[in-house]
Amino acid sequence: MTARETLEGIFDNDLKLVVGFMATLWVVYFVLGAVLGYDVNGIANALRGLTFWAAVYALCVLALNLHWGYAGLFNIGVAGFMAVGAYTMAIAVNPVNPTSSGAIPGFGLPLPVGIVIGMIAAAIVGLIAALPALRLRADYLAIVTIGISEIIRLSFKSVTLKEFTVLGKTFGTGGGSGLVIDNNPASFINDFLPAPSGLPVTQSVIEGWIYAIALLGFVALFYWTLARVGNSPFGRVLRAIREDEDAASSLGKNTPRFKVKAFMLGCALMGLAGMLWQASQGFVNPGTFKPELTFYIWIALIIGGAGSNTGSVLGGLLFAGVLFQGPLYVKNVVEKALNISGNPESLIAALQGPIEFLAYTLNNMGAIRFIFTGVVLIWLMQNRPEGLLGHRKEPAAAIPILGTQREQGADAVQADSIPDDAGSSGGDEQ
Amino acid sequence: MSQSSVSVFDRGTRLLREQPGAAVLWLIAVWLLLDLVLGLASGRIAVSRVATYTWDGITLGLVLGLAGVGLSMTYSILNFANFAHGDYITAGAFSGWSTTYLLSGLGSNASIGSLILVGAGGTVFAGDLGINVAAQPLAIILGLVVAAVVTVLLSLGMDRVVFKPLRNEEGITLLIASIGIALTVRYLIVFVFQQSTRGVTANVPGWKVHIVDGVLNVSYHEATLFIVSVALMLGVHFVLQSTKLGKAMRAMADNKDLAQVTGIPTERVVRATWIIGGALTGASGYLIALERGTLGYNLGWLLLLLIFAAVILGGIGSIYGAIGGGLVIGLASKVSLIWLPEASFARPAAFLIMILILIYKPSGLFSGRSTA
Amino acid sequence: MSEDRDVVLDVHGLEKHFGGITAVDGASFDVERGTLTGLIGPNGAGKSTTFHLITGIHTPDAGHVTFDGHDITGMEPHQVANEGLVRTFQIARELSEMTVLENLMLAPKGQEGEKLWKAITPGVRSQVVEQEEDVLDRAWDTLEFFEIEHLAEEEAGNLSGGQRKLLELARALMTDPDMMLLDEPFAGVNPTLENRLIDHLHDLREDGYTFLIVEHDMDVIMNNCERVIVMHQGDILADGTPQDIKNDDRVIEAYLGGEV
Repeated sequence: MTARETLEGIFDNDLKLVVGFMATLWVVYFVLGAVLGYDVNGIANALRGLTFWAAVYALCVLALNLHWGYAGLFNIGVAGFMAVGAYTMAIAVNPVNPTSSGAIPGFGLPLPVGIVIGMIAAAIVGLIAALPALRLRADYLAIVTIGISEIIRLSFKSVTLKEFTVLGKTFGTGGGSGLVIDNNPASFINDFLPAPSGLPVTQSVIEGWIYAIALLGFVALFYWTLARVGNSPFGRVLRAIREDEDAASSLGKNTPRFKVKAFMLGCALMGLAGMLWQASQGFVNPGTFKPELTFYIWIALIIGGAGSNTGSVLGGLLFAGVLFQGPLYVKNVVEKALNISGNPESLIAALQGPIEFLAYTLNNMGAIRFIFTGVVLIWLMQNRPEGLLGHRKEPAAAIPILGTQREQGADAVQADSIPDDAGSSGGDEQ
Repeated sequence: MSQSSVSVFDRGTRLLREQPGAAVLWLIAVWLLLDLVLGLASGRIAVSRVATYTWDGITLGLVLGLAGVGLSMTYSILNFANFAHGDYITAGAFSGWSTTYLLSGLGSNASIGSLILVGAGGTVFAGDLGINVAAQPLAIILGLVVAAVVTVLLSLGMDRVVFKPLRNEEGITLLIASIGIALTVRYLIVFVFQQSTRGVTANVPGWKVHIVDGVLNVSYHEATLFIVSVALMLGVHFVLQSTKLGKAMRAMADNKDLAQVTGIPTERVVRATWIIGGALTGASGYLIALERGTLGYNLGWLLLLLIFAAVILGGIGSIYGAIGGGLVIGLASKVSLIWLPEASFARPAAFLIMILILIYKPSGLFSGRSTA
Repeated sequence: MSEDRDVVLDVHGLEKHFGGITAVDGASFDVERGTLTGLIGPNGAGKSTTFHLITGIHTPDAGHVTFDGHDITGMEPHQVANEGLVRTFQIARELSEMTVLENLMLAPKGQEGEKLWKAITPGVRSQVVEQEEDVLDRAWDTLEFFEIEHLAEEEAGNLSGGQRKLLELARALMTDPDMMLLDEPFAGVNPTLENRLIDHLHDLREDGYTFLIVEHDMDVIMNNCERVIVMHQGDILADGTPQDIKNDDRVIEAYLGGEV
């Protein structure tokens, strides 16, 4: 087999592809850290962080792929739906009589119940947004969704909703300070699976690792669910709607209903992602859910390729590992290795010499990664708008339909028969 | 069937039947108006307060309108929503204020470098330089000009490098590319000028206008903003109505394909659009920093959604609509403070208005007339 | 009104105005079950608009449409299709990024797998899989009927113009309609394929399907339709057998300079 065939062989098997990319990133991070003298705990933590960020981005991108890649709904209000999920869960599970002063009381419900309520809340908000807006053209829908996202965030930030009483029950969003969430998915999992002792890394890093692995499980769950949605008659109709809604409705499909259902499911998943990501850090505040968050998820989706679930996972992985965490990690490692501690106060000061400039650059790595991200986005739109795997057409059916050919005269469908080279394109009969 | 014979009553009942949502909104608007009038008459709502809100709304609205003209034109002629527009505003503001600082600080002992960076890293402060339009009129005028010029160059450059190769792509592709530009420009500004918001003016003189039951404060800078904005808008009006280029722009905004067929040189018009739009955008960024007295890297981005609201309200492609829409959104977000429980609901209120317009009247409030 | 006519589609007094322009001006006609009926008229006569009014893409300003005894006036397009009345479009609306098979499998009604929860839930999904296999079978049957099995896995966007028209027709057929409105089904199709298509239509008609066909190719209409309806300036000008129409002076005059 030629190198190209080998490469294509790898690309054929999705699981191998994802694991391959993840493993490569792990190795790169490991080598970078080891070669430049990072300690064991530092490297373990960095790899944990990489896994965590890759997983949470994968969750969000998978959900967004349902909206955009399958249904053609241009939703740039993702952060808002994540906020609804995270905040609703927080309010649902926070204790009724909080011990710390200044803490806003909640409803004290068990975590699994809180998670379900949070997903339902996100779906309902999605419904409210969808009903009037889904018939709008894509760019108008974009503006409406980002408007909704900001309305949600700013309302959560307001003093009015910070703490209030309804029907004798007091609760609230915590306003600008946000909410502390002691009872969250990460704490739940860490109680469930306690960290083993005696390892050369700190307790918190191990607990973090356990949660990161649990998140990978959620990624698999999201993927499984969305693959079933896509590879089914429902997914088939969605894809038709994305391309030509009027054609689908002339065939009898109630297209608004399909769009609403897809939108609500996607929003529920975004809400869950919000709970698994931000809420699991132990607190949420409005600043966590700014539009920038939505844009990063979009960038990850574009990199991976809209329409492909595997592409979504890869996009999340690559964005998190290379564009988002990568630069920060490189900064930490280089600073430590080259012993750079200076912090020039401005660009002019930095221009005094190469060391100063390097120090300045490292200190502003946060900004540089977004300059780089912006450039990548532009390059992608000009050269490869379909991203990594967007060109792949996943079959729009619940059963395999590729490579099926009828035997001469027989009615049975042979799923394993080798497709003959009958796919002549174009040309009328005769 | 002539429209004029259909009475207001008929149209009202038809609206109620066919679009109950829109009818409810009209009722709310009428109720609010009544509440305002009664409140003013009874003294519950202070006239000076309403005057202050109105004046604030007008100044904000003028900025939104100025910036909106460019956005509306490119949206209509090039068929995409330019999400980088906010960061063009910021770029204009920073370049203009960099110039103003430099000119104001020439005599002082602040270093050239820190002046150019508009005091990045806390190296020089507005209070030291005492910048305001009375003290440093020349620096401010030049800053305004530089802001406009830089934004024009930036717009043209980005069009050449990013948008032109994508000229025939779908609007969504261009929108996503524009988000790429937005990030690049914004974080370049952060890299160069740092993230902190800095004050840019000091000791701003103003007038106290006595209104019925209180005082309306009008600062020199608010007045400057008003005068410059109106002058620029009049200038645009003149160009649109009286010059050949202006007529071509109006034609293209109305119907690009038809314009192409009738021989209007479209690439030239596109360039003119970026130039005029860019100049107004840069000026608006400079002016709003002047009026507020602060400058930060998020300046334009925070305004962007409001500008979209203004443009959509006015009807995409309509230059006068953008100005009108800007004033409406500006006034709505300030005057609504009369009824809103807290100031932080002003932005959500403006966004809500924008969403409702998109849902009920996506062609804009001022549609149905000729575009420009 | 003759009682022994089995009328499946009845259009009465349809009107549609766009701003100041009257596209359809009180059109009335009916179509008998199991017939090939032609709808002809000069450009701008209002034929496509009439289709839009019948199938719900536009709402009539006045008039009624009755299908199979049900009043379908003003129904949404998907509701009309579910009643059993399906249309094809003048410019084929193939879903170009989906394969021919996927296009066909999209169409049938009553697919349980179109319910989201059934598509996901483990136990129930096996029902969906079963139904998918039936749908796939039917799709193959349809491909064989139109003799395009070799195009099954081809992306619809790669098909030639004539093949797209075929696909459009085949896909509409998969919904198992009672009646089909065909909007210029032969435009851009080469003569050989056109003849095969016409043969297919006759076969289908014998199976009980009803067709109302808009066409500009006068020979096709005159040679194949039992009845021809002529529209002119939004109204019905003439209505009868091909022989009646050919000899109708008003029709000839309306077409003066046209194709007759």
